[in-house]
Amino acid sequence: MASIEARGLAKSYGRTVALAGVDLTVQEGRILGLIGPNGAGKSTTLQAVLGLIPYQGQLKVLGRDPWAHRDALMTEVCFIADVAVLPRWLKVADAVDYVAGVHPRFDRAKAEAFLAKTTIKRTSRVGQLSKGMVAQLHLALVMAIDAKLLVLDEPTLGLDILYRKSFYDSLLNDYFDHSRTIVVSTHQVEEIQHILTDVVFIDKGRIVLDCSMEAFEGRYAEVMVGSDNIEAARALKPILERQIFGRHILLFDGADRGRLAALGEVRTPGLADLFVAMMGEAADARTGAAA
Amino acid sequence: MTDAATPPAAATPAPARTRPFYWSVRRELWEHRVYLAPAIVGAIALVGFLLGLHGLPDTVQAVAHAPNPATHADVARQRGQLFVMLAPFGFGAGAVLLTALIVGIFYSLGSLHNERRDRSVLFWKSLPVSDRTTVLSKAFIPLAVLPVVVLAVVVTVLAIMVGLASVVLTSSGVAPETLLSRLPTFGAMTLGVAYALVILSLWYAPIVGWLMLVSVWARRMTFLWAVAPPFGLCLLEMLALRTVHVWNFLHERLIGGFAAYTVGGLGKAPLHDLSQIDVTPFLTDPGFWGGLVFAAVAFEACVRLRRRREPI
Repeated sequence: MASIEARGLAKSYGRTVALAGVDLTVQEGRILGLIGPNGAGKSTTLQAVLGLIPYQGQLKVLGRDPWAHRDALMTEVCFIADVAVLPRWLKVADAVDYVAGVHPRFDRAKAEAFLAKTTIKRTSRVGQLSKGMVAQLHLALVMAIDAKLLVLDEPTLGLDILYRKSFYDSLLNDYFDHSRTIVVSTHQVEEIQHILTDVVFIDKGRIVLDCSMEAFEGRYAEVMVGSDNIEAARALKPILERQIFGRHILLFDGADRGRLAALGEVRTPGLADLFVAMMGEAADARTGAAA
Repeated sequence: MTDAATPPAAATPAPARTRPFYWSVRRELWEHRVYLAPAIVGAIALVGFLLGLHGLPDTVQAVAHAPNPATHADVARQRGQLFVMLAPFGFGAGAVLLTALIVGIFYSLGSLHNERRDRSVLFWKSLPVSDRTTVLSKAFIPLAVLPVVVLAVVVTVLAIMVGLASVVLTSSGVAPETLLSRLPTFGAMTLGVAYALVILSLWYAPIVGWLMLVSVWARRMTFLWAVAPPFGLCLLEMLALRTVHVWNFLHERLIGGFAAYTVGGLGKAPLHDLSQIDVTPFLTDPGFWGGLVFAAVAFEACVRLRRRREPI
């Protein structure tokens, strides 16, 4: 069963179109990265999925309409909006008690075990913890919930690299199994590339790329060529070209790997580079259409 | 941690029993320790009473041995002495109640606003607690928790006051009956205050509803939004029509509930024993029922508005 199934999902705030008809299917057991520039519609998409906002179009999350059945959905769905949403006055021990008291799928022992691995004191208030510790606490609470779908909207915003890394490591090693689905939106694309199974690029309220990581690796290739081969490489119509230390790095969509290998070293590009290439392309297309 | 390693017996453990309303109320009390201010004011009243206790035997003596008044001046003086004797008890209870009212006003104004301002609303909404449970748990604080707090503090403070007074009077050779016969018995006082608090809670429910509605709706300046429309309307009517209907309505809504602790519910002399309690003036007052209907509508509106509310 698909965890998320959206058809023509749309949302406007006044005259501002946040989502202009999104079709999206996320199968159970996938880890989807939702990537896009600021204001692209990432958060709006996730808010619709979580039943936080009304929307137009069709949307089913775990088989339910999230706006109409939000309360029931929240026993199976969990989310972290960003690190700063735990209230400052909340004590760590009280936070665990509270979630244990209201959530039927919360495993207190699991949360305690995770907290025991951190330096968080149970008597501290959230306001006394560092940003990274707040994220750890939030993750401890969320990971102890046996949810079918976990939605993470910029979960590591404002954290340093060590916390970000341990956040995603914990998520992958201690939480993820193939009966769960995770959707994560972030700006730090490169750090999560290795954990994703699927990627969606979203821009101006529309999906501009939707593919699995296997498909991504088969379709896109990056070649580093010297200046002697540059014209031959350009003839193959790269979608992005940049220069590093006098070498040219060209990004290709659907080019034959054998032919590329003759020109230079071939590798799978980073999502961030593809993102820049595609968003640049989309921007060009828009300017072209406007002219 | 002791049973952390025990594996669940079945492959899929039955979902744990949850108590969302209970834990939501606990959560409110973690954030807002609404019992502190009334307790502190009760303690202050007690300290003040203690400091003035040395003058009590003389006051009671004067009341006990007051001659039949011969002039208007005598009547006035004797009334004054009676007032001096009884005032600390009434003032102590009144101060605690007034404090609780102020706490209730500010609690209600922040109830659905603070969670949006600190963005924690996104955390609360990530848990399976409905908007209805949340709104009701927040309304429960001023309408049920605060009255219980007031009752506990007032009864404790008055019991200690009466106890101390009796000891001091007896030890200075003054019969305490002069004082005690003019106060309700302990049981009558407790039940009388409890009854009055129930009526006050119902009487103020529409105000709590209004304040919470402002709290969920306004983006900022909740106090101004709560106070300006009713009093603006009042001013408009006074200037435009030279009438005071709105003012009378507000005035009645703000203090009318206190009549519960008066003889026959008529708002004149305070209760002395339970036989004087009469709920009829409230039950036959359309304003009483209208207020409850308004409160219900306001709470339902809060539930619907919170559904769509985002952090500010």
